[in-house]
Amino acid sequence: MPQPRIGIFVCHCGLNIKRTVDTQAITEALGEYPGVAFATDYDYMCSDPGQRLIKEAITEQRLTGIVIAACSPAMHEPTFRRAAEEAGMNPYLCEMANIREQCSWVHQDREAATKKALRIVNTIIEKVRGNHPLEPVEIDHVNKCLVIGAGIAGIQAALDVAESGFAVILVEKEPTIGGHMAQLSETFPTLDCSQCILTPKMVEVSRHPNITLLTYSEVVNVSGYVGNYTVTIRKNPTYVDPDKCNLCGDCENVCPESTESEFERGLVQRKAIYIPFRQAIPSSYTLDEETCLGLRPLRCNECAKVCDPKAIDYDMLPEIIEEEVAAIIVATGYELHPISSLGEYGAGLIPDVIDGLQFERLLSASGPTGGEVRRPSDGKIPKKVVFVQCAGSRDPEHHNAYCSKICCMYTSKHALLYRHVVPDGEAVIFYIDIRAGGKGYEEFVQHAIEEERILYLRGKVSKIYREGDHVIVWGVDTLSNRLVEIEADLVVLAISIDPHPSNPILSKVLKISCDAEGFFKEAHPKLRPVESLTAGIFLAGAGEGPKDIPEAVSQGSGAAAKAVTLLVQEKLSHSPEVVDINENICSGCGICVNMCPYAALAVNGGGVAEVNEVLCEGCGTCVSACPTGAAQLKNMTTKQLNNMIEVALRDV
Amino acid sequence: MKGIAYFPGCSLKETAKDFEISAIAVMDALGIPLIELKRWNCCGTVFSLTSDDLMHHIASVRNLIRAQEMESPEVVVLCSMCFNTLKRVSLRVNRDEESLTKINAFMNKELDYAGEVEVKHLLEILRDRIGWEQVSEKVIHPLDGVSIAAYYGCTLVRPHEVGIDDTETPTVLQEMIESLGATAVSFPFQTECCGSYQIVDRRDLVINRSYRILSSAQRAGAQVLITACPLCQYNLDEAQTELAERLPDYTSIPVLYFTQAIALALGVEAGTIPDLLAESLVGQEIPKKEETTR
Repeated sequence: MPQPRIGIFVCHCGLNIKRTVDTQAITEALGEYPGVAFATDYDYMCSDPGQRLIKEAITEQRLTGIVIAACSPAMHEPTFRRAAEEAGMNPYLCEMANIREQCSWVHQDREAATKKALRIVNTIIEKVRGNHPLEPVEIDHVNKCLVIGAGIAGIQAALDVAESGFAVILVEKEPTIGGHMAQLSETFPTLDCSQCILTPKMVEVSRHPNITLLTYSEVVNVSGYVGNYTVTIRKNPTYVDPDKCNLCGDCENVCPESTESEFERGLVQRKAIYIPFRQAIPSSYTLDEETCLGLRPLRCNECAKVCDPKAIDYDMLPEIIEEEVAAIIVATGYELHPISSLGEYGAGLIPDVIDGLQFERLLSASGPTGGEVRRPSDGKIPKKVVFVQCAGSRDPEHHNAYCSKICCMYTSKHALLYRHVVPDGEAVIFYIDIRAGGKGYEEFVQHAIEEERILYLRGKVSKIYREGDHVIVWGVDTLSNRLVEIEADLVVLAISIDPHPSNPILSKVLKISCDAEGFFKEAHPKLRPVESLTAGIFLAGAGEGPKDIPEAVSQGSGAAAKAVTLLVQEKLSHSPEVVDINENICSGCGICVNMCPYAALAVNGGGVAEVNEVLCEGCGTCVSACPTGAAQLKNMTTKQLNNMIEVALRDV
Repeated sequence: MKGIAYFPGCSLKETAKDFEISAIAVMDALGIPLIELKRWNCCGTVFSLTSDDLMHHIASVRNLIRAQEMESPEVVVLCSMCFNTLKRVSLRVNRDEESLTKINAFMNKELDYAGEVEVKHLLEILRDRIGWEQVSEKVIHPLDGVSIAAYYGCTLVRPHEVGIDDTETPTVLQEMIESLGATAVSFPFQTECCGSYQIVDRRDLVINRSYRILSSAQRAGAQVLITACPLCQYNLDEAQTELAERLPDYTSIPVLYFTQAIALALGVEAGTIPDLLAESLVGQEIPKKEETTR
């Protein structure tokens, strides 16, 4: 084996490293290290001249491996490995020594930090010494994409992927697609009718040749890996054949059982056999088994009796559907924080204290009041409406610590629309501060305050209770420093946004993580906002955090672009830094098989362990568990690791 | 030990004697007699919120040591203010070894407090250990047709970690009232503060607050109002005396301790009850027991 000729490149990172680490001194010392043929330092190694310096040194010095002493490999490893490759070196012979995040940034004593930096680089030199050239693992993949959730984010994502020519399976838990956007009246800041802009997209979804729509369905299992996920979907029985149903509504008229309408947020009742709203997609009735008098045994068959096209089938069973997909877009959305938890605001027991979505239904032309604002208790037109922002938001002690982001805008819109419908009505808004960041948002709020005569009071509401015909609101106006008591006819709470209740279940099924609040966690909050940490699983919409429509749509498109980027590749590649089994010494005990968190190991017919390189993430759990030492990580063997530890601790 | 260690507090020996008399009678009847702590002292009255102010917790800790001396794992309290102070101190020192060590070092004439005594309100014992069904079974004079307002005030349910029930929508008193056969009246002001010690120097504030509480309860249909706090009881009654003078239309409403209502229903010593009320509550015709335990 030829003598190693290792090159060392010490980065100053401007002053980030140089301020605390004597870069010149360590460069000189590293030049003396056994096996090092070349050592230099530079202001910014990641810059173009910096990379050129590396490439030239690789060729001129005939280097066999290089160490870049700079920032975390999470930042620039791909940069430097690509540079090495361009100079004709196998990229896996390039390693980074992190002397910024793990040294200069966290220390102040220059002398001690310099010594530590030197030690860090020494360990990586030992690693590079044992490295071998590797080739990436290539993976074939299928050409389909799964989208979970068909609110506006999921719809946008599905349409974009489908338009790019790839097959999409769109799964929705509810009987119709559209999500919360379908419930809204008009949308801020332009006041266009929500259904008018949403329903064309819904129709497009239902007609698109590349989209398979599965409503009333849930993803119950996911296995496999990026490019080749196997997805199990349960399609719940609707007991109505959508191809036969002609929406005549005869079934609904005869149905004897009813429950609160989910779509109308409990403002009215719906029957056990129902369609959430007229433009629902698929355009068909659904028989809700829980509300129905009973199907097994059949207690009442009034609906089937009157159904002319014979669309009702009581024997329909849940269907289990298996699909192979390359990528998954998760767009679960949100739910409102339970009103019952807001005891100080009546806990949902006062009929004329409603949530924002209920008010949307009261404002909506397709809503239960036909767009007239009438309060739930007695149907009177309320002449004084109090809007309460941050109900359950920004309240770490009792509810959600975070800001729900959309409430400032929609409350302003609510008050404005109310004033349009009830011109002699008074609107009062309690707020903490107004967060109107967005194109045209601030102007919208200012217009509401100045032109629409809406009274904004800066302060929290402490209590809401019913007294006779009125709802009494106690609050504080912190600008005039006075306690306020208002006799209102109706109170609208801008209730905090919770992550969708299916998030914790899906996070287990998909093996992606949620943050402390229960929203899906993105791979990087700024630079990778629509990706999860699991390759091939992308995020869109309010399941990842509170969002308004434009943001949800942008994320839907963003996630779709990410999925398409993956789908268009002929083959996917996977890091070759995976485990390798030495068949000669493997005893076939199978301990590693049980330890592997990725199910990448199995004992084969020959009685030895075998690695599925595509599944292996190189975590090393099997290496530490292997009793014979047969399992070794490529480019991080036990021998390399021992050498690294030895130099790390030398003379300590 | 048959029974339960009990801390009375100063008010119960002076202005709120009826509270103690009725509670002792009720608990005797329910088979868990109250055993008064020996050598107890004032609870400390107000919990000090200053994090390094341990001195003001000493009065409370001494009472917890009295319970520890009786080898009792818990101490039950009637007055909701005493309960609040003792419970908060117990939470503070039982969980924080450093505070406990300091306090113990300071009180060198006392046994060390081990930090294990749990502070309970009598309502918790009734609800969680005896149960409202059991209470119901002992009722001999059901308070049928009487509407009783459940007035919590603040210290029974606030702050959250001390409260014996939901801070905003508590139900324990309503459950108790229903178990006696009476009609429980919930009203918007049931967890509002009566004004507390402000009675000393801002009398009008307390009168105003009390008026809102009392009239709200009356509008909701209450004939009687019950409380677990001697200070609330004092303030509300004090206000009523004044209201009767100021507002010719104002009709007073009896303000009782919750234990007095139980005592009436159980047919045991209830302390002083306004004559008219006793009549309307228990009625001339005392129903037979079979009818009540139906």
